[in-house]
Amino acid sequence: MNGYETIIGLEVHCELKTATKLFCGCPNMFGDEPNTNCCPVCVGLPGSLPVLNERAVEFAIRIGLALNCEVRWSNFHRKNYFYPDMPKDFQISQYDLPLNSNGTLELPDGTVIGITRAHMEEDTGKSTHLGGSGRIHGADSSLIDYNRSGVPLVEIVSEPDMRSGAQARAYVAELRAILVAVGATDGRMEEGSMRVDANVSVRKPGEPFGTRCEIKNLNSLRSLQRAIEFEALRQVDALESGERIIQETRHWDEQAGRTGSMRSKEEANDYRYFPEPDLVPLAPSDAWIEQIRSALPALPKERRARLLALVDKSDSATIDLVATVVDRELDDLVIEAVASGAPAQLAVTRAANELDAGGVLPSTASFAATCQMEAAGALSATQAKAVLAALVDEPNADPKELASRLGFEQLSEDSLGATIEEVIGANADEWSRYVGGDDKLAQFFIGKVMAATKGKANGKAVIAELQARRN
Amino acid sequence: MTESASKIASDVRSGARTAASTVKESLDAIAARDAELHAFLYVDDLGARAAAIVVDAAIEAGRDPGPLAGVPLALKDNLCVRGVATTCGSKILNGWKPPYTATVIERLVAAGAIPIGKTNLDEFAMGSSTENSAFGPSRNPHDTSKVPGGSSGGSAVAVAAGYVPVSLGSDTGGSIRQPAAFCGLVGYKPTYGHVSRYGLVAFSSSLDQIGPFANTVGDAALISTVICGHDPADSTSLRDGYPDLMGALERGVAGLRVGLCSDLLDGADDEIVAQVRAAAQVLEAAGAEIIDIAIPELRLGLSAYYLLAPAEASSNLARYDGVRFGLRVERDDVAAMNVATRTAGFGAEVKRRIMLGTYALSAGYYDAYYGQAQKTRRLITNALDNAYASVDVLLGATTPTTAFGFGDKVADPMSMYLSDLFTIPTNLAGHPAISVPFGVGATGMPIGVQILAPGRKDDLLFQVGAVLEKGAPA
Repeated sequence: MNGYETIIGLEVHCELKTATKLFCGCPNMFGDEPNTNCCPVCVGLPGSLPVLNERAVEFAIRIGLALNCEVRWSNFHRKNYFYPDMPKDFQISQYDLPLNSNGTLELPDGTVIGITRAHMEEDTGKSTHLGGSGRIHGADSSLIDYNRSGVPLVEIVSEPDMRSGAQARAYVAELRAILVAVGATDGRMEEGSMRVDANVSVRKPGEPFGTRCEIKNLNSLRSLQRAIEFEALRQVDALESGERIIQETRHWDEQAGRTGSMRSKEEANDYRYFPEPDLVPLAPSDAWIEQIRSALPALPKERRARLLALVDKSDSATIDLVATVVDRELDDLVIEAVASGAPAQLAVTRAANELDAGGVLPSTASFAATCQMEAAGALSATQAKAVLAALVDEPNADPKELASRLGFEQLSEDSLGATIEEVIGANADEWSRYVGGDDKLAQFFIGKVMAATKGKANGKAVIAELQARRN
Repeated sequence: MTESASKIASDVRSGARTAASTVKESLDAIAARDAELHAFLYVDDLGARAAAIVVDAAIEAGRDPGPLAGVPLALKDNLCVRGVATTCGSKILNGWKPPYTATVIERLVAAGAIPIGKTNLDEFAMGSSTENSAFGPSRNPHDTSKVPGGSSGGSAVAVAAGYVPVSLGSDTGGSIRQPAAFCGLVGYKPTYGHVSRYGLVAFSSSLDQIGPFANTVGDAALISTVICGHDPADSTSLRDGYPDLMGALERGVAGLRVGLCSDLLDGADDEIVAQVRAAAQVLEAAGAEIIDIAIPELRLGLSAYYLLAPAEASSNLARYDGVRFGLRVERDDVAAMNVATRTAGFGAEVKRRIMLGTYALSAGYYDAYYGQAQKTRRLITNALDNAYASVDVLLGATTPTTAFGFGDKVADPMSMYLSDLFTIPTNLAGHPAISVPFGVGATGMPIGVQILAPGRKDDLLFQVGAVLEKGAPA
């Protein structure tokens, strides 16, 4: 980076998972037959009028409160511009008086990112451009699906507080976890229910902000990080070659791994914002806001703290595991398993690495019992993982019975001892080096014993036997 | 058709006449004269006859079709009726048939009224004469060389020509009251939020309000009682506290403080000022107290209006882009298609106002134009509220002149805009007002006097209007 630092601010559009759209009663449903969830209001027919969805406001307030925002009297504005998938040729959004403003988001590592605002607006329809460039200019034809038109969105705008692609990624991951935790969205980036635009600039530390470029529609955490890292380097290269950065909108090409200019004439927009005369001001009462606040579920930060309090270590690997468990919403399972006797560290590790949050989870009892068996040496790590995988098909199965069905009877100490003797005999050189103090060879012998027992040996027992013979 | 709506409804309900014969009478009158007057853009002959059969069948079955049983009704063609072409007097809506019906029409039909057809208007309700209709102007039945006023000119003509006893218009800056005055009718603009705008094609959303034309103050009260009320489909619709309009008709004006407002008279022709003064004497004779009052802020209304209404219109009319409905002029790419469609589809006055409004909202001009106009709007509202501390209602002229001739003001938009000078302030304040016919001018053309009341005090208009109606020169 040649001594430059990257300055990043993010705009995240989040679709709210209300039953109906923001200003009409049409179903808010992803993936239905195109243009089936439409009515005069959401296709902008003459004479139709918007009526605000109270549930969407409640979700938006939940988001504001979870991000420590001021929630206040606000109103809607019209953002005027022509685009075929926006049926009224204006978008109902919020402008100078957003519902939520001046908040913060704390990353898992403790960094605090400022939240400028989190305002409500309606989504547009979805265009598909056929032929040509795949974008509207030069396409042979375009299809529009208005099912998405009028879907409620909250746009969360951060301060330019992030300094790396990885940090931006951590911000979006944490934001997503918060939004999912408060029940406002399903957070599915690949389906477009969360869409990220990144404002990126570079500067030498201490200098004023440089000219920024906006990268549009980043639809995965990986793309977000890669796009920011590419864009920052592009800007540094440009500056180092004596060029100036032009403020513009750029798109991310996932295949090519680069950002490209999207500039075209119609982007020189003057949105001519003015107050939406068809809606009355949005004035949530203090009582309602407090009611929503008191019903907020535990947020990821608090849930991570709850898990961290259970484990004995707080090294960065454990912190990552705990973050994964909470991110995948496995923390309740882990906490219940620990309450019924599972060792916390092991339960966290196995939940983070072995359980599929989107799929079938083992019952609390089965998960807890598996962890306990592993801790007691009745199952090797490999065997415990296999049992957890098998529990997907039979979530309530008894892990003991599963283990025996999988052929995981533990070897007796005698037969283990015999096997170890054989292995030592067959690898005499290595054994003498091990005895001579080359600890790295423990791994070698464990591997050999495991191979000889087809994985049935308990790793801890093998180490104990090796130690005993070494001394 | 000379009977009032209330007489027709009571005769139909009592079995003294049928809805079918009433509708036939209406359709015959239209067939006889409307080629000349051009009140209607579309007559729903079959739909009206079918609706009449339904009303008559209900009567025969002993059910009450409602307070407007069998009353033929004309609708301004910016009101949506499911499956019936709605043009807004514009080429740009070519072929569009709404898939839904406006709330007001649902209410009227539920009360037994029978929509006869859609009436002519200035394109998108922008104008004061119907000369801006893409389908040619309507003619004033009192003198066919004169305009009927606008923008709801067709609905005014439909009642004035005797086709129907009542009709609906929309009033953004005087578009009901001005044609009512020009055609010798009662025209009422309700308090903003009293009548649902759901299904009214928007011109200027914060100013538009639907209201009736009628031959009598009583008929205006009857139909308004049906169309007023909360509608969950319109967020600006008011919830409760609707005044009793029918009950106000017989209340009289004894003790009422009537402000005779110089700023609703200065600039009007002498013959109009004279009739307003005569109207004040009628009220005084009936026991009202007449108080001279000046509200100079009202003079600022016109300039504020011609920034705010075009600003909202520039946004409301953006959707006519050729993508989903109405006219499309094909071009190779979408932006060129948008421009070609709008260039071909909109008339000159609509384009003028879209340009004005776009400019007023533009970055760098917003504060000086739109922002300043909003402040002026508040100033006018406050001035009216102050005035209502010392008077109950205001009295003035509806229009500066009687109906003018075709082409008289087309070349000079400012002179056309000035015909709304006295009607605009109430729209800006969201207050109600009514125009009641009171005498005629030297050429025999009708004159209207205007009564203004505070927001939600619509009953006062009917109280005063009923007295003026009785005391008007024969």
